[in-house]
Amino acid sequence: MTLAERIIASHAGQEEVHPGQFVYAEVDFCLGNDITAPVAIKEFEDAGLQKVFDRNRIALVPDHFTPSKDIASAQQVKTLRDFARKHQLAYFFEVGSVGIEHALLPEMGLVLPGDLIIGADSHTCTYGALGAFAVGVGSTDLAACFATGKVWLKVPETIKFVFNGKLPLWSSGKDLILFLISDIGVDGALYKAMEFTGPAISSLSMDDRFTICNMAIEAGAKAGIIPPDKITQKYVKGRARRSYVTYSSNGTASYCQIKEYDANTITPRVAIPSLPSNVQPVEALSQINIDQVVIGSCTNGRITDLRVAASLLKGKKVHPYVRLIIIPATQAIYLEALKEGLIEIFLKAGASVSTPTCGPCLGGHMGILAEGERCLATTNRNFPGRMGHPRSEVYLSSPAVAAASAITGRITHPANVA
Amino acid sequence: MSRCWKFGDNISTDHLIAGKYLVTSDPKTLATHCLEDTRPEFPKEVKPGDVIVAGDNFGCGSSREHAPIALKGCGIKGVIAASFARIFFRNAINIGLPIFESKEAARDIQEGDEVDIDMAGGKIINRTKGKSYSFEPFPKEILEIIEAGGLMQFVKKRMGK
Repeated sequence: MTLAERIIASHAGQEEVHPGQFVYAEVDFCLGNDITAPVAIKEFEDAGLQKVFDRNRIALVPDHFTPSKDIASAQQVKTLRDFARKHQLAYFFEVGSVGIEHALLPEMGLVLPGDLIIGADSHTCTYGALGAFAVGVGSTDLAACFATGKVWLKVPETIKFVFNGKLPLWSSGKDLILFLISDIGVDGALYKAMEFTGPAISSLSMDDRFTICNMAIEAGAKAGIIPPDKITQKYVKGRARRSYVTYSSNGTASYCQIKEYDANTITPRVAIPSLPSNVQPVEALSQINIDQVVIGSCTNGRITDLRVAASLLKGKKVHPYVRLIIIPATQAIYLEALKEGLIEIFLKAGASVSTPTCGPCLGGHMGILAEGERCLATTNRNFPGRMGHPRSEVYLSSPAVAAASAITGRITHPANVA
Repeated sequence: MSRCWKFGDNISTDHLIAGKYLVTSDPKTLATHCLEDTRPEFPKEVKPGDVIVAGDNFGCGSSREHAPIALKGCGIKGVIAASFARIFFRNAINIGLPIFESKEAARDIQEGDEVDIDMAGGKIINRTKGKSYSFEPFPKEILEIIEAGGLMQFVKKRMGK
């Protein structure tokens, strides 16, 4: 069985599972946010359900519109808070401790290798970087899980992606996943699990691995997954709040497809509007002016992302026609960036640094675009109007390309400002 | 009979309901903004009983259940697409929004065509063109959820309430 199939089988009480099979699987951990959880809570309460399956295995993370941007969003967070208090949930995060869910939960050791996780947020697939089977679902799935601790799943086929070689200088996990989505398309892995392997993956940091798995959904996948190794173990050690089991694909693993790539050829890339698969090499876009740069999100708001941005911004100034907004994904990342002097570099360069929030990524707040404006963002989606006005544009890149471009005001290869 | 509204490939949940409106989950409020940037006349002119016809990967992107809720709020009777993004597929099944996967129907049906959907017979009948198309039948596990009236009803039944 593949890694994904082994995790599903172990959670469905089966010796073996096969692609296409339906199972009701036990969930190790589930989560919702200030947009999706209010709908789940209403479904749970309307159904007359009284008790959650396990108060220690549910996280409510109000990260999207927080700190609450208006009365309606404050009401949504209040719905989460009231539910968390009523059911004595162990993991509800107030402003001051809240971070972006897909950075926060791994950081806190709440999601672990070998876990089966569902989240009412499409980027739940991020946790696959830990060697977990993590699936984005909707609010009603979450409501059902609150009650039963289970989820219905169709066992997906797995595509294996082997990345040989090593990423070149200035390329990152973001460039790798943008390259891959452009190769297979936005529905290239529809309903499937994507297993990422090979020397180029093994040599990547956890932060890069989170970025890669985060965007598996952008290829339509059910899950992205990376076999756990020493780097995974080192990350989890000291964080894990539960025991866990690591799995890997075994000798009988059957893949619906195996694709091999040479990572050495994956130079920095940018996805242009309005699909994450519209990917171009950075060099092809050097005439594209930008009005705003956002460095942050569940895709690229981690400490290594901030470090690379700071390495380029140190001693430089943001272009006068550009607004640079930097959003550390969690309070711990923010504090680490402060200790390392990164925040001072950002402020001296003329960047704005925000408290953790999903904010602009989904057009919520903290950096909305006017008509005709263009943003280069380290986020994950560039659908029309995603960050504001329906006739505004979002380009997607790595933190290195984003920081370099903030300095020049045009889409720029990091080597040109380093 | 249902009037068809035709859309292309990769209609995302951002198209269906923009992020800025996710401060509520009220179906009627969401319905007033459904697909407004893609087809400004849609939320104004859509009638209860109308059908959406779209290409590949319908409902891609965010997991927001507000997208199928907005379609239900508009009175949309069902969505016919060449293929569905998987979270949208789950959400539609879970909340009882009928969805039909048919590449042929998705390609052949035009804007404004009148269709009937024969659920039991597994057919979409295009009255305008005088043609019919079959759609992918649901596996029995999904039919059980549909027949229970959605996932929460199904869960209650299984929990013995």
